[in-house]
Amino acid sequence: MHKEAAIREPLILGHKTYHDITEDICRPIEDKAPRMWYILFSIALIIGLYGVGCILYLLGTGIGVWGLNKTVNWAWDITNFVWWVGIGHAGTLISAVLLLFRQRWRMAINRSAEAMTIFAVFMAGIFPLIHMGRLWMGYFVFPLPNQFGSLWVNFNSPLLWDVFAISTYLSVGFVFWYIGLIPDFATLRDRAKKPVSKKMYSILSFGWSGRAKHWNRFELVSLVLAGLATPLVFSVHSIVSFDFATSVIPGWHTTIFPPYFVAGAVFSGFAMVQTLMLIMRKAMNLEAYIHTRHVEYMNIVIMVTGSIVGTAYITELFISWYSGVEYEGYAFFNRATGPYWWAYWSMMTCNVISPQLMWFRKLRRSLLFTFIISIVVNIGMWFERYVIIVTSLHRDYLPSAWSMHYPSNIDIGIYVGTIGLFFVFFLLFARFFPVLPIAELKTILKISGESYKNAPDHHHGHDDHGHGHHAHAEEKHTAPAAPKAEEHTSEAPSSDESNEENKSEEGTTDSEEK
Amino acid sequence: MEFKISNRAKLVTLSLIVVGALFTLIGAFTMEEHGLQRFLASSLTNSFFFFAIGLLALFFLALQYATETAWYVSVKRMIEAVAGYLPYGILFLIITLGVITLYDGAHIYIWMDPEYTNPSSHHYDAIIDGKSAYLNKGFFWIRTVAYLATYYLFYLGFRKRSLEEDRVGGTAIHFKNYKKGATFLVFFAVFSSTQTWDWIMSIDVHWFSTLFGWYVFAGMWCSAMVVIILVTLYLKRLGYLPRVNDSHIHDIGKWIFATSFLWSYMWFSQFMLIWYANMPEEVTYYIARIEDYKLMYFGMFIVNFAFPMLILMSRDAKRNAGILSFVGLIILAGHWMDVYLMVTVGSMGPTSHFGLLELGMPLLILGFFIRVILLNLSKAPLTPVNHPYLDESIHHEI
Repeated sequence: MHKEAAIREPLILGHKTYHDITEDICRPIEDKAPRMWYILFSIALIIGLYGVGCILYLLGTGIGVWGLNKTVNWAWDITNFVWWVGIGHAGTLISAVLLLFRQRWRMAINRSAEAMTIFAVFMAGIFPLIHMGRLWMGYFVFPLPNQFGSLWVNFNSPLLWDVFAISTYLSVGFVFWYIGLIPDFATLRDRAKKPVSKKMYSILSFGWSGRAKHWNRFELVSLVLAGLATPLVFSVHSIVSFDFATSVIPGWHTTIFPPYFVAGAVFSGFAMVQTLMLIMRKAMNLEAYIHTRHVEYMNIVIMVTGSIVGTAYITELFISWYSGVEYEGYAFFNRATGPYWWAYWSMMTCNVISPQLMWFRKLRRSLLFTFIISIVVNIGMWFERYVIIVTSLHRDYLPSAWSMHYPSNIDIGIYVGTIGLFFVFFLLFARFFPVLPIAELKTILKISGESYKNAPDHHHGHDDHGHGHHAHAEEKHTAPAAPKAEEHTSEAPSSDESNEENKSEEGTTDSEEK
Repeated sequence: MEFKISNRAKLVTLSLIVVGALFTLIGAFTMEEHGLQRFLASSLTNSFFFFAIGLLALFFLALQYATETAWYVSVKRMIEAVAGYLPYGILFLIITLGVITLYDGAHIYIWMDPEYTNPSSHHYDAIIDGKSAYLNKGFFWIRTVAYLATYYLFYLGFRKRSLEEDRVGGTAIHFKNYKKGATFLVFFAVFSSTQTWDWIMSIDVHWFSTLFGWYVFAGMWCSAMVVIILVTLYLKRLGYLPRVNDSHIHDIGKWIFATSFLWSYMWFSQFMLIWYANMPEEVTYYIARIEDYKLMYFGMFIVNFAFPMLILMSRDAKRNAGILSFVGLIILAGHWMDVYLMVTVGSMGPTSHFGLLELGMPLLILGFFIRVILLNLSKAPLTPVNHPYLDESIHHEI
């Protein structure tokens, strides 16, 4: 039996039944798409297609269309790659690490975050592929036997380790996401009226029947995948950081890189989740499931990871002086005061200062403010990679080789294009897939649903509460009225009646808690 | 339930102290060369190791406050008892660092020796001189006092409010702890790195690594979790903790497992990058350890990584007192070895010996450390009675 203390804010607002949850999540998929969806989708598609056009131009003409030069021979391509991989960190963290920490609030966001992760990794994957110039030779990144050609991969290169790490991450992430979707697809299948969608969802749901045996296997697989995914959260960005840190270039070679890149990745990933969730909850009327408290939790994660990143920046800065290595010292001095000072200070402002504003409770519970910061953070994280990569390269060892990097239109076009493509994928996901995990949300309804949890006699039958709850929950938290809290420490009576119907979901609860 | 220290525990801790003191004395008087340096290096190793366990227990407590965790409430007093070693840990550390400072670094912190920063001396070292804006006796002590005073004040506050909550109840203290916990973490985030640079990294004064602070932090966190579980299992075996169930034990076991991985990850990240880049100013640290202490150095890594990974992987193992104690004791020794290799090898180089002194001093402080923890346990009820999450913790089941 699981209890939740009375002083905790409920995770599902208002009075919801199991049926309400199914309805709320399935309705946006079953109804006609709103006009706004078509508008957003068209915009994203146009931008995405422009990006594809730029990529085709690049493939037809050659890598020279980028703004690279002999000194800065790695710039937007790798920056964008690292940026997207970083964004693709939140999903697995939410589904695996937060699962291990038994954070129930993650259930409101894990499905979309995982989807976002997969799409972000797709976008990341584009860059190394097109950087080869010959897309059709892409399979050369795998260690294929020599009969395929005369080239063998370089096992000493962290770029190759990237191939292994990211493809493993993508496969495990995808399977994890898909396994979670199966029972929900079955729900959609059972509700579908049109033959085509019925057929589609029944294929997607792999013949799920909801039998105990199915749940049992579902649990087992989820647990194993969570165990596998947790080290992957760390490994991927650690290896991405090795791309730089194994070198001897001042500003790249520093031992703090692996954990600090992981923190930065989680930082930017959560910011992207915020950006998407804040729009989605509004557009799809999911305010009861993703509410201020969820936003606050995510903001706290952003604040903590942002602070870790900030600590790492300052550590690097300090040690570059402390080490007494003048090249190292110069690299950092040049970052802050050289020709790219604006990039450095944008990074510092966006990544170090802006998340600190989340210390103010008012601000971290403000949806508008959160939305702005979530975008600011991702701008900052893009600059971080740009600063690391370009400012370290542009001052070569010989002053005669010093140079600057100016992006070409194709650089910009491809980058913006991937953002468009990313939204195309995400909008399709939001249109056809259940954006919240139906089965998992049901497992926390009786534990953390507002009407079951705090005042059973009060809230039953008040279906029309809707928006009033934000203010209500807020009051309770800021003024923790002790007697009221104590009154309800004993479990709400309603949970006993619900035990019967809870049976089928019990399995899911278990995996959650293991 | 009130805890009383058994006579057996009194006897065991006392004999540890006596045997440890005896070994230390015999060791100290039979040393041939580098006597003072060897004594102080050993003293620094042990005062830092046990201090850091207390500190990381305090960190863990603050972390639970700040993250509004519930399951830990049943074992909260055990965490507090371990953190309660902090005042003594601080005292030993101040004494050790004080004596080292009086002897101008005693060849441990050679940057304290004015000869090295004196341009006219033949010992003059430009790199050390370059660091002297940060590494000098005055600033070192300002920082040391700032860290230790901060920790001490936070410890006093946490302990006071924890006991007060038992008497008063309500949620005001809980919310205050939430804020104080977060504030502590802010200080800790900075200090945990800088204190490691000051007290440990500056021993290998030419060497530097940005990750070093986090690496030491991870190792000491793991050690603190081991001590917490050993204390809990000990009390449970005596029948003291009816409200601590298998799930609580399992959860602390998971923390040991996780922090072991965290430590190994940090170890690997630092080692891998330095080994791969192979830059002379960085590899010195590993060369010193690998050339003269190869077996000990890699043995320490393998033990601290492989033991918890292989043995604590399964769910049942994390619920088994015997397995947990076995693995816990081994990796505790392993992490002690890690600190020993940082401090002793850093200061003594190939000339260090592992003799009676090196064996006696940890035993002496260990005996004292256990005694302090048991004393702390006996001073307060073993389960906090009015914590708002108590009910959630009692019903903890995973």
